[in-house]
Amino acid sequence: MSTPTWKNPIVQWVDHRLPIVTFLDHAIVKYPTPRNLNYWWNFGSLAGVILVVMIGTGIMLAMNYVPHTSMAFDSVERIMRDINYGWLIRYLHVNGGSMFFICVYIHIFRGMYYGSYKEPRELLWIIGIFIFLAMMATAFLGYVLPWGQMSFWGATVITNLFSVVPFFGEAIVQWLWGGFSVDNPTLNKFFSFHYLLPFIIFALVFIHLWALHTHKSSNPLGIEVQGDEDEIPFHPYYTAKDAYGFGVFLIVFLGFTFFAPNFFGEPDNYIEANPLVTPTHIVPEWYFLPFYAILRAVPDNFVDIWGILPVIIPAKTAGVIAMFASILVLLVLPWLDTSKVRSAKFRPTYFWLFWLFFIDTIILGYIGAKPAEGTFLLIGRLATAYYFLHLVIFMPLVGKYEKTKPLPDSISAAVTAGGPDAKEGS
Amino acid sequence: MFKKILIVAFVTMLGAGITGIKSSPVQAAGDVAHPASQEWTTDGLFGFFDRKQLKRGWQVYSEICASCHSVRLLFYRNLQEMGLAAEEVKKIAAEAEVAAGPNEDGETHNDGELIVRPGKAFDKIVSTYPNDLAARAANAGALPPDLSLMTKARVNGANYLHALLTGYKDAPSGFKMSEDMNYNPYFPGSQIAMGEPLSDEGVEYADGTKATVDQMAKDVTAFLIWAAEPELEDRKRMGVKVMLFLIIFTALLYAVKRQVWAKLH
Repeated sequence: MSTPTWKNPIVQWVDHRLPIVTFLDHAIVKYPTPRNLNYWWNFGSLAGVILVVMIGTGIMLAMNYVPHTSMAFDSVERIMRDINYGWLIRYLHVNGGSMFFICVYIHIFRGMYYGSYKEPRELLWIIGIFIFLAMMATAFLGYVLPWGQMSFWGATVITNLFSVVPFFGEAIVQWLWGGFSVDNPTLNKFFSFHYLLPFIIFALVFIHLWALHTHKSSNPLGIEVQGDEDEIPFHPYYTAKDAYGFGVFLIVFLGFTFFAPNFFGEPDNYIEANPLVTPTHIVPEWYFLPFYAILRAVPDNFVDIWGILPVIIPAKTAGVIAMFASILVLLVLPWLDTSKVRSAKFRPTYFWLFWLFFIDTIILGYIGAKPAEGTFLLIGRLATAYYFLHLVIFMPLVGKYEKTKPLPDSISAAVTAGGPDAKEGS
Repeated sequence: MFKKILIVAFVTMLGAGITGIKSSPVQAAGDVAHPASQEWTTDGLFGFFDRKQLKRGWQVYSEICASCHSVRLLFYRNLQEMGLAAEEVKKIAAEAEVAAGPNEDGETHNDGELIVRPGKAFDKIVSTYPNDLAARAANAGALPPDLSLMTKARVNGANYLHALLTGYKDAPSGFKMSEDMNYNPYFPGSQIAMGEPLSDEGVEYADGTKATVDQMAKDVTAFLIWAAEPELEDRKRMGVKVMLFLIIFTALLYAVKRQVWAKLH
């Protein structure tokens, strides 16, 4: 890597001592990118942008928020009513959370559809799952802060999950609570963690990008870049494409923020927390619903059904294990997927399995919002079973037995041949 | 072509998923009657506050609802933002008594009586009851909820409030009513502690509007929409400008993108 000579003497002076300009030039200007990325590839950078928006609005909110059980709810309302543009900052933060998850879910499904996680990008994918886990923790902690009814009862339900940890469960829960129930020490602790975690996410994002820039982006064809004709510099091509995508994204994001700011929220959270009144249905934020459905899907007689388990696992424990497993299993997806072919474009069987899996997660999300009873519970159980069936059984099998379609010779050949992919990325 | 179908399917499913999620609390309520949709000036992209209606709504609130329900997040000064004249706000505030202590001797009470002064515009709107316990004691154990955020704190809040206020009926035969309760199909469980609050000509509107139950229910709900979201009008006005800008800006970004990528093909 030779140091380029920069025309501007100041830039040159700085770059000679700290090659930051060279770094940026490599990372976001000349950075070689497959020429055929479609719009599904926009959501990674969108997620990055929304992270910055969340940190920015979050810092401003923290200036006026009071993490005390007797003042938290009113301090949020003071932000809404008496702080200049406080309503805008808070609604951006609230809806930004939902937008962050929408972007990241699309980003994850994109990775699954195009097999982006396969060799040599396994670590890139795994770091991404860790970012997702950190996001979930941050979102949960943040939802507790306004100290509404769902904040309080959501916190009660979720912190109680940790009680299933063998031996240390009770100690962990009491530490989280800072006492013997969700109360002021809990709120203080959660505020502290909610402020900390986004910076950890930020660091993870840089590691994610580091891994990304080592082997560069995958692409819709899922074949490796073979030469310069397959690549284009990130700037101006993808800066222009990402900027346009960002404009469209802003229309959606700000559309919700200005015209339906409480669309994603629960009305109950505009009622101040009351430990003596339990809401009829405790539901988490929409982005947790599929996992909430899995948590509640495990039947009480789970152990009887299996019969062979050497230890007795109560339903609650099994539910918590299932919920965490549903996320952690994604960590080994690169090895569960045995197919040599990355993109679902050339995998006729996996193509349908992918969409079935996608619909399955939507069904789980729907069930997560419903009371865990009757038909809903049955559907939830079947959908949960299918979730694991797909990842643990179907993924390895289909990779072995599927007859894949022939891959194009190169990205540039496919793009310029006038075939179905010719317009890819245009 | 197939790709387009998939995109449409994806968006549809996402939409269906979200709609399913949104509709859930309503259905979860089960046996509760579904409130009819009313027209509110605050609805839609260009939603606004009808100041005359807000004044009428404030009148209904202060003459009827305020005897039990607080709006504890509001200050008297907010009423000026709502549309009342500064002098009027001062007069309304002055009618309330606000704790003035401690005095120079450090006392908040004088012979057991709270030391008070007339309210000012910067004071919070004074509630009838000093606290929840006092409110319960005066209402046969039931707590009249604070109304500051009511339209946001209930599913389909505005329509629900209107339906609730106009929905009092005789209980159907065979329906077991508890003591001191009133039948209202829109309230969860269909029994509500609050007696029917509105009756025709319950208030005398200064602007000559006929004070029917329906009219008063609409007015007071409009007032409560404002109380819950006083920023609503500013928010939507700003939103329209932001959207107009973004649509043009994004169209330009699209043109730039097309221009840049044209060199590739």
